[in-house]
Amino acid sequence: MTVGIVMLVHTHFERAEQMARHWAAGGCPVVIHVDKSSKGAAADAFIAALSDEPQVRFSRRHTCGWGTWGIVAATQDACQLMLDEFEEVRHVMTTSGTCMPLRPVADLRRYLMERPTTDFIESATTADVPWTVGGLSEERFTLRFPFSWKSQRKLFDSYVELQRRMGLRRRIPRGIVPHMGSQWWCLTRRTLSAILQDPDRSVYDRYFKKVWIPDESYFQTLSRLYSERIESRSLTLSKFDFQGKPHIFYDDHLQLLRRSDCFVARKVWHRADKLYQTFLGPEGATASGAEPNPGKIDRIFSKAVERRTRGRPGLYMQSRFPRETLENGVTASRYAVIEGFGDLFEDFEDWLRRATQARVHGHIFAPERAEFENRQATYAGALSDDPELRDYQGRMFLTNLIWNTRGERQCFQYSPRDSQVVSWDIAKDPNAQINVISGAWAVPLFQSNANFADLRIEAARLQRIEADHLEALRSPYAKAHIRIWTMAEFVEAPMEALQAVVDACASREGAQRLTDVPRMVNLAGFGQFLQNLKNQGMHPYLMGDFPVDPVPKNRRQQPRKPYLVR
Amino acid sequence: MSFVRSYQLRLSRRHALGRAVIKRRQLTVVNNQTKLIAPKDILVFSTLRNERVRLPYFLQYYREKGVDHFLMVDNDSTDGSAEYLAAQPDVSLWTTSKSYRKARFGVDWLNWLQLRYGHGHWCLTVDPDEFFIYPFCDTRPMQALTDWLDSSDLKSFGAMLLDLYPKGPLNDQPYAEGQDPFEIASWFDAGNYSIRFNPREWNLWIQGGPRQRMFFADDPASAPALNKIPLVKWNRRYAYTSSTHMLLPRGLNITYDNLGGEKASGMLLHAKFLNTFADKAQEELERGQHYAGSQEYKAYAAGSTRNPDLWCRWSEKYINWRQLEVLGLMSKGNWA
Repeated sequence: MTVGIVMLVHTHFERAEQMARHWAAGGCPVVIHVDKSSKGAAADAFIAALSDEPQVRFSRRHTCGWGTWGIVAATQDACQLMLDEFEEVRHVMTTSGTCMPLRPVADLRRYLMERPTTDFIESATTADVPWTVGGLSEERFTLRFPFSWKSQRKLFDSYVELQRRMGLRRRIPRGIVPHMGSQWWCLTRRTLSAILQDPDRSVYDRYFKKVWIPDESYFQTLSRLYSERIESRSLTLSKFDFQGKPHIFYDDHLQLLRRSDCFVARKVWHRADKLYQTFLGPEGATASGAEPNPGKIDRIFSKAVERRTRGRPGLYMQSRFPRETLENGVTASRYAVIEGFGDLFEDFEDWLRRATQARVHGHIFAPERAEFENRQATYAGALSDDPELRDYQGRMFLTNLIWNTRGERQCFQYSPRDSQVVSWDIAKDPNAQINVISGAWAVPLFQSNANFADLRIEAARLQRIEADHLEALRSPYAKAHIRIWTMAEFVEAPMEALQAVVDACASREGAQRLTDVPRMVNLAGFGQFLQNLKNQGMHPYLMGDFPVDPVPKNRRQQPRKPYLVR
Repeated sequence: MSFVRSYQLRLSRRHALGRAVIKRRQLTVVNNQTKLIAPKDILVFSTLRNERVRLPYFLQYYREKGVDHFLMVDNDSTDGSAEYLAAQPDVSLWTTSKSYRKARFGVDWLNWLQLRYGHGHWCLTVDPDEFFIYPFCDTRPMQALTDWLDSSDLKSFGAMLLDLYPKGPLNDQPYAEGQDPFEIASWFDAGNYSIRFNPREWNLWIQGGPRQRMFFADDPASAPALNKIPLVKWNRRYAYTSSTHMLLPRGLNITYDNLGGEKASGMLLHAKFLNTFADKAQEELERGQHYAGSQEYKAYAAGSTRNPDLWCRWSEKYINWRQLEVLGLMSKGNWA
């Protein structure tokens, strides 16, 4: 008893010949179907070359277009020939010219010998499978498909749409339930002959001729009628990418294929010499007797599909440039934006670095330069601190920075004095954690010695800029994690805001308790400063209701020592 | 309006092809071996001027990758480049002394050769200092890539230009003929590139890298474009319009995914920054034959020194394609 190999070939005949001889040498009869559309000397030479093999036959040729009935007809004829000509065949396995056995042929024969009544055919109902190219699942069986999906796509689509609109449906022949699965199966003589000799075969054939991709449903459906034991899996390792075309194996997959313990792999690149030498060579593949275990290959190929369809979040590059809102993550990882704190505390940046051990930058959008950590002239990824380069495409500067430093939490400061190129981008980025003390930009003005008239102009400018920025942060498009305190609110309860900033910067949540607190600048007289601005006709409102004199006079008289916030 | 735009682009494609046909008269054949080209061969197209010292490694590199034939245009070299190439068994050589600039920086000449000899072939258009790498290039020949592109119905393959530079001034480590230039120029900028979509031709416009960082800080918009589409399954109706940055029909320029996924892409490693650079820059400046009035070379010349050091402490040392894929400069896409 042995297994017969039905081989569908349409190209790379030298490899197909090699494969046929390999199967024959292993004691497996081979029936080859050569695609009718493969004309010319190469196909003829191939047929002639194999005429010396007593175990090899050629079946009647059909034209095999992708997803058409021809493939089924070819398989039917080849299987019939196999069953008629080779008495000793108990299982019949379908392969292609680019399928490669990964284990010795004897291993496969032994495996099937131990399972004499089992049919290995992937076969699942349409409701249960995710692989549906072109959005057709159940409709494969209820609509008509006279046009080619590959070459007549417009006709194909419009005819499908027409049938849907008119509510045209085909009747599925009585007694069968459509199933789908891989066309690479291994059926017993019993099941296969029952399918081929079914009295209703002409009914089924007529029906399946107009089904879409019948090679993935004909045998899969009919074997359900006759099989004693169906193992719904394929002995052929075959992975498909997101367009439904098979992944190809190359020389560098050698170890992976070896360890998979699968019997047959599809599809092997025709010039993967090392694979052919190894698996068809004299020492051949190693016999292990183990069950097939394609887990690792599965993972590699599903990762490839994931990369092709979703990509790496936060990456913008030559072959991934998502339209806005389709980024699947505007930036690569979380980062913190801190606004106003630096104006209210002395040495805030150093303090934050000590408190969090995060990458704490200064104002990376400052007008003079990008203030990277330690004021380096370049930073990760060779980003320059030059403000013109940065502002040329500010959004990409930000996404580059976050991508280049993925794995580390970045914190930077932002204020209305800075370039506002990314104001909206950070607001819309779910990875941004933005903590704002609004109106704090007035503190450096309050401390400065400049002319009050100039200060008034500057204050008006900064307030306008910050108001625009806050509008972005409060807009319905804002997706960032945003907290805003007015300066008045902050001075009332500073600890809460400081803790929020530390939490945003620390990569581990809640791990940091504040021990050492930064020193706030002396705000005595700030209320009066604001009042003076008001008196000059400029209305500072972003600070909230800051009392003219925040220190109650009856409690403390002398200027306090610079106070710690507790 | 879209059909108006389509028609404009159709006209500019016809225009480019027309130029190519006219400019063919400027080419004098030196050694035409194109009869040797077999139906599925991969072809390299290149124009050059005074690149003799680079040629041996250039040819060796691409032969090893699986290129079958080179079609090259020599623009009036005086250093023996033409003689060297004419003696190669797999090089077809044309020569011209006409203006490189007026032939739109060589594009017209190569468009003609592609029109005449490239139809139906995978054509790689590179300069002698550009080295094409692609996913798995250390284990799979270029035919594996082109077969995969064919089976995926892809007609073009993008490869961004990556400028590599040595550590220290350029003149410190002279390049010797036949040497792998990336033994010297082995550093690059990993993450300072900016990208913009071109709504007219649909290509991406990428700038950045050491040239923008060092020479174009005052005028970032003028920095050289780094987006390239060097590998194309050629059809006689196609035409490059601006170097290999873009071509028409514009559908060929969509070598990226805009729905969030990653398409497969490669890189062109650019070995421009060797000790040969300063002389080249000087020569090109005097000839005024380069892009945008040689603005690029002027910027270099205006740099404080003729012997610049492009290296910075965040420069990355080149290892292999997998490193570039991890850094996000190129992608395997769904090729595995």
